[in-house]
Amino acid sequence: MATLRTLIYLIIYPGLLFIFFYATFAEWYDRKLYARLQNRMGPTHTGRAGILQPIADFIKLMSKEDIVPERADRGMFRALPAFGLAIVSVAMLLLPVWNYSLRSPSPTSFNGDIIVLLYLLSLPTFIFFMAGWSSTNLFSTVGATRVLTMLFGYEVPLFLTVLTPAILANSWRLAEIAAFYRQHPLLALLNIPAFIIALICVQAKLERTPFDIPHADTEIVGGTFTEYSGKKLALFRLMMDVELVVAAGLLATVFLGGFPGGLIPALINFIIKTLFVIFLLSLLRATTSRIRVDQVMALSWHYLAPLAVFQLLIIILVKGLIS
Amino acid sequence: MSFEIPIGPQHPALKEPVGVRVTVDGEIIREADLRLGYNHRGVEKLAEQKTWIQNIYLMERICGICSHSHATCYVQGVEKLMEIEPPKRGLYIRILVSELERVHSHLLWLGVAGHEAGFDSFFMYVWRDREIVMDILETISGNRVHYAINTIGGVRRDLNELQIKHILESLEVLRQRSAYYQKLGTTEPSFVARLAGVGYLSKEDAIALCAVGPTLRASGVPMDVRKDDPYAVYDEVPFEVCTADTCDVLGRTVVRIKELMQSYNIIEYLLKNLPAGPIAVRPPRKAKPNEVVSRYEAPRGENIHYIKSNGSDKPERLKVRAPTLANYAATIKMLKNGFIADVPLIFAAIDPCICCAERSVAIVDARSQKETVVTMSSLGQLSLKNTNYKARKREAEWPL
Repeated sequence: MATLRTLIYLIIYPGLLFIFFYATFAEWYDRKLYARLQNRMGPTHTGRAGILQPIADFIKLMSKEDIVPERADRGMFRALPAFGLAIVSVAMLLLPVWNYSLRSPSPTSFNGDIIVLLYLLSLPTFIFFMAGWSSTNLFSTVGATRVLTMLFGYEVPLFLTVLTPAILANSWRLAEIAAFYRQHPLLALLNIPAFIIALICVQAKLERTPFDIPHADTEIVGGTFTEYSGKKLALFRLMMDVELVVAAGLLATVFLGGFPGGLIPALINFIIKTLFVIFLLSLLRATTSRIRVDQVMALSWHYLAPLAVFQLLIIILVKGLIS
Repeated sequence: MSFEIPIGPQHPALKEPVGVRVTVDGEIIREADLRLGYNHRGVEKLAEQKTWIQNIYLMERICGICSHSHATCYVQGVEKLMEIEPPKRGLYIRILVSELERVHSHLLWLGVAGHEAGFDSFFMYVWRDREIVMDILETISGNRVHYAINTIGGVRRDLNELQIKHILESLEVLRQRSAYYQKLGTTEPSFVARLAGVGYLSKEDAIALCAVGPTLRASGVPMDVRKDDPYAVYDEVPFEVCTADTCDVLGRTVVRIKELMQSYNIIEYLLKNLPAGPIAVRPPRKAKPNEVVSRYEAPRGENIHYIKSNGSDKPERLKVRAPTLANYAATIKMLKNGFIADVPLIFAAIDPCICCAERSVAIVDARSQKETVVTMSSLGQLSLKNTNYKARKREAEWPL
């Protein structure tokens, strides 16, 4: 029975199948919202209100010609998309959605899983860097260096702000952090500044406007993905969608009280809360213009990192007062 | 480590083919080199084989955005050659269309600037409202791009009361929206962060490098052909020359938005003071041997046409100096010591119209990187040589 449960967990829900459909749905939601905010229609053709458009795009890309540049590092170039997708899918399993028990640790919910999840969310950045670097294209190389430069900016404030609620909850386990804030909803309000900083950092991590610098199409064409096409590009795009869902799920777990209930209520909670976070991310995307890479560094080290440290200090003080 | 990045001839930031080769040191540009000639169409040569009237349509097709500018510049020159004076009403309608064209060109530029800076929402909103002015142009002329309203000696279509009412109503909407974009474009923090201080061009450099149009005015030089050397009826129309003193891309944005507001005022004045009478006079078929220089303030800057006649019904020589060509030298200056991320913005800020400005064919040897500039006549010689001085045979003969 346990084996069956694990298999279902891995393959169907919240495993690969669910990840695929939910990630494509999140992409549609993001695209549609972004389009409506810009006074456009967005996808309309495939499915009701274009809801199947991301799946259609995926299938179309899968059937396209797949070119590997002659001078590229062939092994690396081919392996990276699969690696990337695998990494973010594993990260998805760590979200405390269904198959976990608060009392006993399991392979998907253990003490310290928040660190593992943050680590798994850092890896895609390196995947993008290596993808750009191994393409040996000028535009890809510039994109790859931009990916790494930006990483040094947003990673520190992101870690600080995501770990702040964990310190207050006195746990390194996602399920326990979420449970703590469900019991003390007023304490969750203290984390609102951290939530805002984390939203901005996640936007940078996902490389969406105003941080779409590594693949700024008007400056360096496709950036890191200039040489990618066909199946590999399809996998990369799916990977970015999954990353969006995982990042939204992480913020929802840490700041918005997680996904309580059994099978169905947890799913409903998951959908509502991640869509809320994606809504905020889309809003940020629609109302800003792309900034330069030096401005990202200035923003994160002049404002985000000091604010995150300040927030951490407040949380430590509050924790001292409570205990 | 410094390396060369080719931007163009094919690049998503460029709507038309032009080559900018930048030598970068990390993200900073040390050297920039502009390569032209990817879009040469031989319009000037073609103009020598067409009659005065036919050339209006050719000139209109030099550019898709400032089509009216080239046609008007040409027509003004030909009217001087033929010594005819178009009636007042015709001139009013002519500059009404040219101001509407300025509005649509500046709105288009605003959207492009938003897109180049990665501010796609701004781009979508501005281009939505650009449709209003496109609709006005369609009501007046029946066309959205090539209005074909000019003819030698006046204009081809008259305005009626209903159209005037429609234009005035639409103008109010445009005014409100432009005021909103002015607020948004000059206060949105991430957008301003991208524009301010980018592509610096000092007043002295702007004058020394012969910049024209909004690029020059954004460096604080109040130079506008409409004021300095008024053509048509601009001496009767009240308006101000808009300048900015920040000398950067933000200044160029501000100048263009201010000019939009001025254009709305001009359009309103023209419509309210439209004189009665005929719209055109009949021109002669031929022009006496003479030469003339015609100047016109296009949305992108000063447009110059030099026309020489030899007494026949065709021009002997027609030379077009488009505003983009005058701004190229300043662009190189602006690009140096900037960031790669700013190349599209700086380049877009001169509002380049490459097909207006193309001149020569440069051939680059792929192996030795050696460049040779080829003239039209030597290209002709080359083609004759390659075909053994015989006309090319048809490739397929009937029956196949």
